[in-house]
Amino acid sequence: MTHNLPITIVTSPGGITAWLVEDRMVPVVSLQFAFRGGSALDPADKVGLANLAASTLDEGAGDLPAMAFHGALEDQSIYLSFSARRDDFHGGVKTLHDNAGEAWRLLTLALTQPRFDNEEVSRVKEQLISDIQHHYADPSWVAQRTLNKMIYAGHPYQQPTSGFEETVALLTSDDLRTWVKERMARDNLIVGVCGDISAADLASLLDQIFGALPAKSKPFELPKVTLAATGENFTVMRSIPQTRVVMAQSGISRSDSDWFAAMVMNYVLGGGGFNSRLMMEVREKRGLTYGVSSQLSHHKYSNILSVGAATSNENAAEAIRIIKSEWQTMANDGISAEELKNAQTYLTGSLPLALTSTDKIADFILHLQTEHLGIDYPARRLEKLNAVTRADVAQVAKRLLNPEALTLVAVGQPQNLINSIAAPDPAQGNHYHG
Amino acid sequence: MFYTQSSPGEGSPGLFHPQSFTLPNGLRVVLIENHRAPIVTHMMWYRVGSADDPVGQSGIAHFFEHLMFKGTAKIPAGEISRIVARNGGDDNAFTSYDYTAYYTSIAVDRLPLIMELEADRMENLALIDEVLFTERDVILEERKQVVDSQPMHRLQEQMMTALLPHLPYGTPIIGWADEIAKLDKIAADYFYAHWYAPNNAILVVSGAMTMNELRPLAEKYYGPLKPKPMLPRLRPKSDHLPAAQRITLSDPAVQLPILNLAYVAPSYGSASDGRMPYALEVMNEIMSEGATSRLYKSLVMEQKIASSVGMYYNPTALADSSLMVYAAPVPDVAIEDVEEALHVEIQRAVADGFTETEIAGAKKRMIAEATYARDSVKHPAYLFGMALTTGQDLQDIEEWPERIAAVGAAEVNAVARLVFNTKNFVTAVLLPEEHK
Repeated sequence: MTHNLPITIVTSPGGITAWLVEDRMVPVVSLQFAFRGGSALDPADKVGLANLAASTLDEGAGDLPAMAFHGALEDQSIYLSFSARRDDFHGGVKTLHDNAGEAWRLLTLALTQPRFDNEEVSRVKEQLISDIQHHYADPSWVAQRTLNKMIYAGHPYQQPTSGFEETVALLTSDDLRTWVKERMARDNLIVGVCGDISAADLASLLDQIFGALPAKSKPFELPKVTLAATGENFTVMRSIPQTRVVMAQSGISRSDSDWFAAMVMNYVLGGGGFNSRLMMEVREKRGLTYGVSSQLSHHKYSNILSVGAATSNENAAEAIRIIKSEWQTMANDGISAEELKNAQTYLTGSLPLALTSTDKIADFILHLQTEHLGIDYPARRLEKLNAVTRADVAQVAKRLLNPEALTLVAVGQPQNLINSIAAPDPAQGNHYHG
Repeated sequence: MFYTQSSPGEGSPGLFHPQSFTLPNGLRVVLIENHRAPIVTHMMWYRVGSADDPVGQSGIAHFFEHLMFKGTAKIPAGEISRIVARNGGDDNAFTSYDYTAYYTSIAVDRLPLIMELEADRMENLALIDEVLFTERDVILEERKQVVDSQPMHRLQEQMMTALLPHLPYGTPIIGWADEIAKLDKIAADYFYAHWYAPNNAILVVSGAMTMNELRPLAEKYYGPLKPKPMLPRLRPKSDHLPAAQRITLSDPAVQLPILNLAYVAPSYGSASDGRMPYALEVMNEIMSEGATSRLYKSLVMEQKIASSVGMYYNPTALADSSLMVYAAPVPDVAIEDVEEALHVEIQRAVADGFTETEIAGAKKRMIAEATYARDSVKHPAYLFGMALTTGQDLQDIEEWPERIAAVGAAEVNAVARLVFNTKNFVTAVLLPEEHK
């Protein structure tokens, strides 16, 4: 059944479209939406702007100052949240059916009449700057941040969504008002809804919530990323007993005809949890790590294949050697018939496990739209995965995988790591100028 | 108040309408029907956790959880997760102070296979040194990743040791590295023999299944397992300790300080009056849930001295639990100012108590949460598993909304005084390293 989600496309009298899965198992409604254009559009001197917008849109709207607005949400157990991603800006409401009227009223206010009172914006900026400084204590965050800086050099993708202390400090309420005008409009809006609501009710609701937004957002175009994945090793020295390692190279577009073969390949290589080759070689056979995994990430302007692990400082070089060796083995030999079959049964069989709550289903059908996957994607995914052959995987592995191209960042005190270049610790300042 | 659906409990009060029976060998079976998708979550819970680790063998319960994936006479090491995955399922496990649980989510027609595997490893685990020692290395890496590389977790580990020095909850679930490094097959086999048996386990199944379908499967796969005598679950505790404690950790990776306060609090399992934990849950809601909560409103919204603040209370435990308060100052605010502001709010709770309006609002929000809790397959299985391994029963979960609704102002004020009006609490401060 879940390979054939009962999605209805609802269009409002005003011409706004949403995808809906009507489901009355529990008296809950989840409305998730996205505006195309995310934190990658933040100007270099205003990095963190989209994230600040996400953190202040619920800090008062219309006649309700921040505390009154939070009080109105909490009194009715309404969950309203916004988040900035690289390519999109997301929002969502989860509400009990009985309180839905108030939920839609508060969401409409937040989208159309956010207050951005100076006092609240200043407070939230201090909170976000604190968050940034807390991130510096986390080796995983430091590794990922440093990797992004290296592989996306010269492209807005190198900027962290959270911004830098210096740029967040300079953002103003006027910046937020401009951002809202330019970035939240009807022409870049995508909506996914699940739960205890009818198509007819949703149709009129869409106009009520989104109808007052401007017709058009500010157009944008960013250059494609030229990935700086050139096989260099960077080390951020930290006095911790373990080294956090992340590596990345070019990936594959979701619209590529080899995408599904690549998905199978990555599952066998390092995406399949305990069942992946990397887990078998690095954890199960040698006990060098608690976890190692690889993933294919697809963004609007770049695609990467990355891998991450944490391992004792004295074992870091050995763990890296094994990962690169598995990379090469996969490129040379592809996968066995048994591995193919196992990947196919997992990847097709596990999809329904992710679709068991109102929120998850709404998120999923929003995702189908943001990624241009189409309403028939669940069925098409099943068919395409089952059609993948060993030859397809061998071909895409040969095409994609290149251990020489893996750019590596190690955070810790890795021993015996040769040809390593010292990289600045992100905690040491000099962020967007340097 | 609660939406009804076509399940055996239709029209009757209660939240999840669990059905339950016990096999002759002592295995308790609980079913929560949920027909939203053709899947089930199968969870096997054992009444054993890190608080049952023998002295000198801290970490054995957690280590053993890993070893349950390491093969039987029939199934080679690591194969169980591969079988689950090739059938489109996800599996994993977790260990806490009072319980250990193994779970699989999978298409409902694969349930018999899962039961066969789970029954096999309850009785026929076959460990060999080579596999066991490699897994021990994995756990030492896990400890380095999760605790030793995270300054906040290192501090919290010591905070629990300081707060509950004699109660085993003061020892970390993952164990101390020196003791983990000495765990061996003798320790593992002893642990298995004395804690893993049907009479010490609870099966919770949540998903698209009826009791008429589940019962014969449970009888077929779990019925033949033999019960064993189990060890007593010891939860020694110290007398009420008189002194306040302050611990401080400075770390070069830390940029902004963080403050924690930890108090001893009664749990569902330990409270002298069974209503106390419910009153504490209401107090926790008023103090720390959401932007309008007392702590967030005062320290973050009004005084603007903290970037985050919160309180955490876990009532689901066999013995006394902990109530933790934390706050992080914004840049350029001294940790002492945030500490003082927290104590002002805590003393206000002790001296003045809470208003009827605050209590009514908190109860309304908590009862609404119970409806959201039904919007999940896994979550109800967790609730019942935790309850049944810590001395509670089905009706304790089913009646939770009514018990919260019955909490009165006098009870909330009394538990605030009980927990906070003491010198025996721990202040734990994480600080940046002094720059020379």
